[in-house]
Amino acid sequence: MSEAAKTHSPLLLDMKNICIEGFADERWHPIIKGVDLQLNRGEVLGLIGESGAGKSTLGKAAMGYTQPGCRITAGEIWFDGQDLAQAKTREKRDIWGTRISYVAQSAAASFNPAHRLLEQTIRASKRQGERNDAELRRDAIELFDALNLPEPETIGQRYPHQVSGGQLQRVMTAMAMSSRPDLIIFDEPTTALDVTTQVEVLASIRNIVSQFNTAAIYITHDLAVVAQMADRIKVLRYGEEVEQADTRTMLSDPQEDYTKSLWSVRSLEKPEDASDDVLLSIDNIDAAYGTAKVLHDVSIKLPRGRTVAVVGESGSGKSTTARVITGLLPQSNGTVTFNGKKLPPKLSSRSKEQLRRIQMIYQMADTAMNPRQTVGQIIGRPLEFYLGLRGKDQERRVIELLEMIELDASFYDRLPDELSGGQKQRICIARALAAEPDMIICDEVTSALDQIVQEGILNLLQRLQNEFGIAYLFITHDIATVRAISDEIVVMWQGKVVEQGMKNEILSPPHPAYSQLLLSSVPEMDPDWLNNLLEQRETEGDGVIKAQD
Amino acid sequence: MLRLFEVIGKRLLLGFVTLFIVSLLIFSAISLLPGDFAQAVLGQSATEDTLAAFRSGLGLDKPLIQRYFDWIVNVMRGDFGSSFSGRNSSGFDLSRPVLEIMAPKLRNTVFLALVTAAVAVPLALILGLLTALFRNSIFDRGANGLTLTTISAPEFFLAYILIIGFGGLLPTIANVKPDMGVFERLRLVALPTITLTLVIVAHMMRMTRAAIINLLASPYIEMARLSGASQAEIIFRHALPNAWAPIATVIAFNLAYLVVGVVVVEVVFTYEGIGKLMVDSVGSRDIPVVQACALIFAATYILLNLLADLIGILTNPRLLHPR
Repeated sequence: MSEAAKTHSPLLLDMKNICIEGFADERWHPIIKGVDLQLNRGEVLGLIGESGAGKSTLGKAAMGYTQPGCRITAGEIWFDGQDLAQAKTREKRDIWGTRISYVAQSAAASFNPAHRLLEQTIRASKRQGERNDAELRRDAIELFDALNLPEPETIGQRYPHQVSGGQLQRVMTAMAMSSRPDLIIFDEPTTALDVTTQVEVLASIRNIVSQFNTAAIYITHDLAVVAQMADRIKVLRYGEEVEQADTRTMLSDPQEDYTKSLWSVRSLEKPEDASDDVLLSIDNIDAAYGTAKVLHDVSIKLPRGRTVAVVGESGSGKSTTARVITGLLPQSNGTVTFNGKKLPPKLSSRSKEQLRRIQMIYQMADTAMNPRQTVGQIIGRPLEFYLGLRGKDQERRVIELLEMIELDASFYDRLPDELSGGQKQRICIARALAAEPDMIICDEVTSALDQIVQEGILNLLQRLQNEFGIAYLFITHDIATVRAISDEIVVMWQGKVVEQGMKNEILSPPHPAYSQLLLSSVPEMDPDWLNNLLEQRETEGDGVIKAQD
Repeated sequence: MLRLFEVIGKRLLLGFVTLFIVSLLIFSAISLLPGDFAQAVLGQSATEDTLAAFRSGLGLDKPLIQRYFDWIVNVMRGDFGSSFSGRNSSGFDLSRPVLEIMAPKLRNTVFLALVTAAVAVPLALILGLLTALFRNSIFDRGANGLTLTTISAPEFFLAYILIIGFGGLLPTIANVKPDMGVFERLRLVALPTITLTLVIVAHMMRMTRAAIINLLASPYIEMARLSGASQAEIIFRHALPNAWAPIATVIAFNLAYLVVGVVVVEVVFTYEGIGKLMVDSVGSRDIPVVQACALIFAATYILLNLLADLIGILTNPRLLHPR
């Protein structure tokens, strides 16, 4: 984006052979194993990799900072003529927040709840002491305006909890920009946002970074996002560099197998398959938490042995629908019909047989399992509860189930803590499977997983459906996942069903306004995607976007 | 703002309900006390007639429920009744109103509590902040070890150790008189104050330390650090404003203890406080005094907890500035 700066090519940041260790289980483990990183003034470097690859650790190390419990064991961090690896904390404090800023992943958690936004925005620049309070305040308001925040004059007077997540992320960008730093570290700044919000934030960040010719390190696990933001991409794995190249080369011609595998995950797709044999039908459901009504006249049909994906952004009522179906939240109106019979609204009035037939898998496999129980106990419990299996029979069945989810008998005595994220989710799938259900509600089951692991889980779920004819109600906000698994799609928005139909029908135009907004907001691997999208929305004068914010 | 008043109003109302329930408990618990007051005062030789006359004079022959309502209605009017002691079979009634008996003792207790709080609360906060700041240092371990030792030792034991150690320098009998000046009083309560401070400081200090350490691990503290904030700024500007709710709760708890739980210390230093009064009154079956003391203790707890809740609300921008 900044061709001019690149031709001068003055090196801003030069990290040489960085090694970082973290302390866990009574010993030091390597996190970063000798990575080099160079960054020119005004250049944006994308740092990608799966969780645990060390992206965030490396990003923070660019500031000479390590989290408590981590240490830099070797290497040099030259920032504008100063080695931050050797600098004293006091010297680094003079640079942090003023010459290098940091934008964190969760803006909601990274703002101090006790202070007003404007105060937090200008605090670091105030310390710098170059401009007075009034100048900084005026400048902050201009930045809010440049970042397309609503009511830039007054939004700074609010507290963090009074604005939305997408707005907070932009305020944090304003905070980073306030001191006009030479370098900003963006650490997954849009990961916690809905796709529709993400587009706006990405556009704002990109504009402001190029406007002030700021260099940036943009950390993310989302390839499509990094393709929009970065001039150059570096891929990390297990704390080592896999490869690096400028963005277009990297996307069109990745060299390493690992990079190629990252690229290929998104192409998972399955042909849709229609069916009229309705297993579950919810009709005209209204539901409320206390007095806050969250579902309005929701009707969804789930055919036997098929997958219906429920998509929508956070707060659209997807998970609430699942709670109504399972009986956790009795509806105030409407009916849930399962296998041709009406289900009692309340969990406590449903029979064990009715409970057995509908199972659930959750987003956070971590918290969905009792950390004190072994895998055998976790999977054995529904076997005993629903099917009355005990002792040897139970054990045999647990091992069968473990084999079905592509794990083996050696997992029987393990505790959840000893498993990886993907393995935990597999155990949760086995637990749901143990009850021999007709349908499973999958609530964002792949959202917390890395892309390659996601692929494995999705393939497993598909295989199980083919073998046992289980129907899935698949709740997700990720369109790539929808393509990979669903037969039908339900689009939800603000507690209502916007659109419902076969996958290809929904994914191809024409769409209702909201579906259009949602689908067009999903980043694509094309580096020009964001430009084209913004241009298109500009010409169409898309009013929906403004209404969303 | 309106919402804030609503919350406070709700808490106040709940406080009154709690107090009402507590009054029921106190009354029924006291009616369960073994022994008979008439018998205790008049002695084993009293005849049935004199006992009955004595009881009817005090209203003790009425049904339990009626006695409760008579009592609670009077209490709401501010009348805690008259003490049983001073009455006897001769017919002369030398009894004094409960309030008159309690007032000077309550003043003494509150004085000791305030002096102790003035020393202990700032000390605990400062120690808590410092131990959080220098976590796992020798200072942290030392302060924790020392305060844990003092909280683990029985109060009377601490008191006697202090008497042995400082008996030559400071008065060991805290017999304050109503006409004494403030400085004289302060000198007299020096040792009780130190004893109580040693007892309560650990609890408050450790809570402050835990609350601050907990907050130091939150993302916004890392954010503050990465925007160049100094250690002091991080503690005072970023962590402390968010830590008041748990700290206030534990302070309230300990202040309440200073009012209701210091009888042992009062006895050791022969300090005429309300704890000692209550224990004496239980011994002499002086029911109106016992009930009044218990009710005041309950009200103290409820009021201080209410204050702690209030601080929690006032320092929480989510409640103070709703969306």
